[in-house]
Amino acid sequence: MAADGTPLLELEAVSVRFGPVQALDRVDFAVHAGEVVGLVGDNGAGKSTLVKAIAGIHAPDEGTIRFDGEEVRIKGPNDATELGIATVYQDLALCDNLDVVANLFLGREQVSPGPGHVSRQLNEVKMEHETADLLSNLAVTIPSLRSEVGTLSGGQRQQVAVARSLLGEPKVVLLDEPTAALGVPQTKQVLELIRRLRDRDLGVVVISHNLVDVFAVADRVFVLRLGRAAGEFKAEDTTEEHVIGAITGVGEGGEQNQHSGEDEKA
Amino acid sequence: MSPTEAATADGMAERRPSAGETVRRIVQGDLSSVRVVLGLVLIAVIFQVQEPRFLSAENLTNLMLQITTIGLISVGVVYVLLLGEIDLSVGAVSGLSAAVMAVLSAKHGWNPYLAIAAAVLTGAAIGCLQGSLFSRFVVPSFVVTLAGLLAWEGALLQVLGQTGSLNITDPKITGLANIFYSDTVGWIFAVVIVAAYGAVLAVGYRRRIAAGLGETSLIPLGVRFVLLAAIVFAAVAILNSDRGVPLAVMILLAFVVGMEYVAKQTSFGRHVFAVGGNAEAARRAGIHVNRVRIAVFTIAGTMAAVGGVMAASRLFAVNQNSGGNELLLLAIAGPVIAGTSLFGGRGSVWTALLGALVIGSISNGMDLLSLSSAVKLMVTGGVLLLAVLVDAVARQQRQTSGRV
Repeated sequence: MAADGTPLLELEAVSVRFGPVQALDRVDFAVHAGEVVGLVGDNGAGKSTLVKAIAGIHAPDEGTIRFDGEEVRIKGPNDATELGIATVYQDLALCDNLDVVANLFLGREQVSPGPGHVSRQLNEVKMEHETADLLSNLAVTIPSLRSEVGTLSGGQRQQVAVARSLLGEPKVVLLDEPTAALGVPQTKQVLELIRRLRDRDLGVVVISHNLVDVFAVADRVFVLRLGRAAGEFKAEDTTEEHVIGAITGVGEGGEQNQHSGEDEKA
Repeated sequence: MSPTEAATADGMAERRPSAGETVRRIVQGDLSSVRVVLGLVLIAVIFQVQEPRFLSAENLTNLMLQITTIGLISVGVVYVLLLGEIDLSVGAVSGLSAAVMAVLSAKHGWNPYLAIAAAVLTGAAIGCLQGSLFSRFVVPSFVVTLAGLLAWEGALLQVLGQTGSLNITDPKITGLANIFYSDTVGWIFAVVIVAAYGAVLAVGYRRRIAAGLGETSLIPLGVRFVLLAAIVFAAVAILNSDRGVPLAVMILLAFVVGMEYVAKQTSFGRHVFAVGGNAEAARRAGIHVNRVRIAVFTIAGTMAAVGGVMAASRLFAVNQNSGGNELLLLAIAGPVIAGTSLFGGRGSVWTALLGALVIGSISNGMDLLSLSSAVKLMVTGGVLLLAVLVDAVARQQRQTSGRV
């Protein structure tokens, strides 16, 4: 794993405040190429705020962000996109009435050469071709590229949304709750897709409430609690109990054992 | 376990369409328009049984002339419906624009083309204004255009002045709705249209084959081509046996084809569908949602003006009733009857033509039978209600069966 060396994306002492609320407090965070980082924490722990800071939705108030080792300022979503940071939000932002190809290329349609800006014809053939290539590269199965996205299953929609984020050739992909509301086989498909993103040497950040899913794909688990970094674990060297302890702040050692003991009693 | 390989193989297999898929694609185009065509046939049979003049060449030619105004206005309405919005001002805008043309031409002696251009620009400016108000202040389009409906009707009375009516004498303007082409020219139109359609199909087919995509079967294309050719030649034969192909029909067709191209084949059209389907998703995809909205309302205003010009040309006059009565509701009802969804994101410009044909046929048939306006309005209302219910039911079915 290329987890050593310069991280692809690195946040140092990043703070975000909303009025009196300290949403993020001097958080250090890093993603390497070819690495999946699970970002976990309770509700209100600052997961979304951290993602929004990286995606350029809310610029951080303090701290530095480095991309490929160079300090950058991400002031808007477009800055993030240009750097090569793609975000797939939980609601997926797909148009149910458009087909898979149209959704993939939404906002960056390929047009045939011709006169006029408005009158140029969409190059459907080229777009469909590229869609087919991309999806088969990712081993994503969709019954027909021309079926409306609204008719697809939740897992397929998630995969379409992820595939769309790859069109801009990003280096880092942020996935917000990619397996929420998915059935078991669909979750498996999406996790499989996340592993393939890692194999493509992308840095992947997965936000999730589901520790089972996080442990299934993540190389590293990063825990936020009340806006602060509350622990960082190598997935293979740790257990869910440890991570839950960090999430809830029940602490290490004895207390943690007590916690798991409670679980057993319940 | 090697899900990767299995999945890839699956993906390949499923992209090759089966015979059933091919049949589905023939029928598709889409199912709702098949439904409407069947409805049209039913309407024709009913009226023909009651009144043998209904399917005469003369009456069919009249029908085509009667639907041009509604059809043209509906072209713009389709775009607004695709956004999931509504424009209640199109009737009033058509009247006002026609009045502007009439005043400039009849009172001020403007060149007829300039007068027509002024009318069209009036409609475009009004649409742009309403679209800007709607998107800038996030007021429901219903309210903005309802205000417009009242205001532009007032403006129509103002522009017409005390006489309340203006006759149009300029032959260039009246010619728009009253010129008929000779038989030969009509047949040339037919050949050109059919050849152009064939060329478009052939080019599309060759591109797909060259890219190694999709179906290699020529049957669905052949069926579509033969169908269109049959319809076009039959229509020209009928029109020629009366007064000939009217210029008005060619104008309507040109707008329908052109605007259908914009809706389905350009990135602007794609953005209209996207905004109508999920505005937030469109915004996040980098589409300037408000620009799309303003452009769509500008199109609606422009098409309303074009329809108004045609109406004035056909009547040889503009009066206080221009653009009034049930014109607005029929122009909105048409596309909805023919399958454009009121909920946004679904439909096509063809429905403007199909819907105008349905509504025009009903109204024309009832006129032939000398039914009262009371009956006419109730029947038209019933048909619209039926169409909206069908749309709503289709939408519910999509929602329940859509997500697997």
